[in-house]
Amino acid sequence: MIQERFDAIVVGAGMGGNAAALTMAERGLKVLQLERGEYSGSKNVQGAILYADMLEKLIPNFREDAPLERHLVEQRFWILDERSHTGIHYRSDDFNEEKPNRYTIIRAQFDKWLSQKVRDAGATVLCETTVTELLQDSHGRVVGVRTDRDGGEIHADVVVLAEGVNGVLGTGAGLRGRPKPDKVALAVKEMHFLSRETIDARFNLKGDEGLVIEAVGTISRGMTGMGFIYSNKECISLGIGCLVADFQRTGETPYGLLEGFKRHPSVAPLIEGSEVKEYSAHLIPEGGYRAIPQLCGEGWVVVGDAAQLNNAIHREGSNLAMTSGRIAAEAICLIRSRKDPMTAKNLSLYKKMLTDSFVIKDLKKYKDMPALMHTHSQNFFLTYPQLFSKAMQDYVRVDGTPKLEKEKLMLSSFIKARSWSGLFSDALRIARAWR
Amino acid sequence: MPSEPSQRVEDKLFYNRYLVDSGRAHIKVRPHTTPSSRLLSMLKACPARCYELNDKGHVEVTVDGCIECGTCRVICEESGDIEWSYPRGGYGVLFKFG
Repeated sequence: MIQERFDAIVVGAGMGGNAAALTMAERGLKVLQLERGEYSGSKNVQGAILYADMLEKLIPNFREDAPLERHLVEQRFWILDERSHTGIHYRSDDFNEEKPNRYTIIRAQFDKWLSQKVRDAGATVLCETTVTELLQDSHGRVVGVRTDRDGGEIHADVVVLAEGVNGVLGTGAGLRGRPKPDKVALAVKEMHFLSRETIDARFNLKGDEGLVIEAVGTISRGMTGMGFIYSNKECISLGIGCLVADFQRTGETPYGLLEGFKRHPSVAPLIEGSEVKEYSAHLIPEGGYRAIPQLCGEGWVVVGDAAQLNNAIHREGSNLAMTSGRIAAEAICLIRSRKDPMTAKNLSLYKKMLTDSFVIKDLKKYKDMPALMHTHSQNFFLTYPQLFSKAMQDYVRVDGTPKLEKEKLMLSSFIKARSWSGLFSDALRIARAWR
Repeated sequence: MPSEPSQRVEDKLFYNRYLVDSGRAHIKVRPHTTPSSRLLSMLKACPARCYELNDKGHVEVTVDGCIECGTCRVICEESGDIEWSYPRGGYGVLFKFG
């Protein structure tokens, strides 16, 4: 199909791929980007929250024309049992700033916009093209890709693998393993449409203000997981995700969990009367630092979800993808400007630059959290939420029981459920993993 | 909790837009006499309910409603229970919102 040779081929047009393609094209490289969807974004699923800082580094004036939904002024964190929620809410008028820090977005629309920037920068973007294989020479060096188009072999000096969490090319070429059931979560999501006024009223918002609710507790039925509700202009993104290994072990269904979350008495009134317009599912890399594969090799680099770059504790993924894509591109441009070949040794510059950035620093900080949450999921996602809810209810309900007696009962319920040593070791485990 | 039945997943899939590549299933189940535990877990773990048990007790896959999440690949590809690939370029699910 394409006879010409490219400086770089980018596989995938999500956050990581677009950041890489844009950065390289802006610096004058001849870039080909391949995307299997009808348009950039048509295969991508995210919650979705956009962190401005990481996009600003790519497109400083993005606020002028990017399809942003609402800027976030409030964050709610809920611990749920069957009938109640205990919440921590943080709301600040400081977030109504000239250049807001976080926005909700709709990925398909956002990615289309970002893809146009990539084209404007001079990259060739070819959609409806699935890359089926990485081309390797006799030394195992990646020299290009094979696609599902006729005669679809294309050569380049370097291939940027931005193929997402479920990328098959890196695995197929033996460059990294498959995602493992205990290292990826499956999230399902629905888009609930309501009028803007209704959303404003239900969430106490005005103008373009937005809100995030993140929820853990009995909704995940003892599995490692989390629910989320994000407000957009005229719809609500609502979803829930749990580790694939937990679905496999328990036989719970993802849509069953979603329906349960929607029916929760704290959630149902927020979406009442809504019209659902899409149901989607996506894997989320949850293995953290210890699951990061080899990041580069002879003629290739891997970025974003495909490199398992996701901070599960802070729910940051797309910004790590965007940043890793940009850094990979910067490293490639630097190597090229020195007229050096795209060898594993030279491309390790990408790894070094990424290690020096917040991306790897943050993931390293939480390197023990994924394993902890997984091995103690019953305690963290079932027992404690139930105990918290019971304790809160006892605390606020006035029924003539002396307060001292209430406190003793509350404490004994925790000890009965987890024992002194259990409570102590849970606290210690979290403190250690968090540090 | 209210007792009304949950919405069926088949109905959820009607919200989505698909371009089905007729006759070219991107996921295939290896012929078997007794399904493995991995294959059986897909009856529940697949978010689009693409996997079903037929009257012979075999697990079958219908990819028309597949939302391409990859869960079955993660669970069943390594053991050889399924053959997994992405649909041809342009085909499959097309998210309007994502």
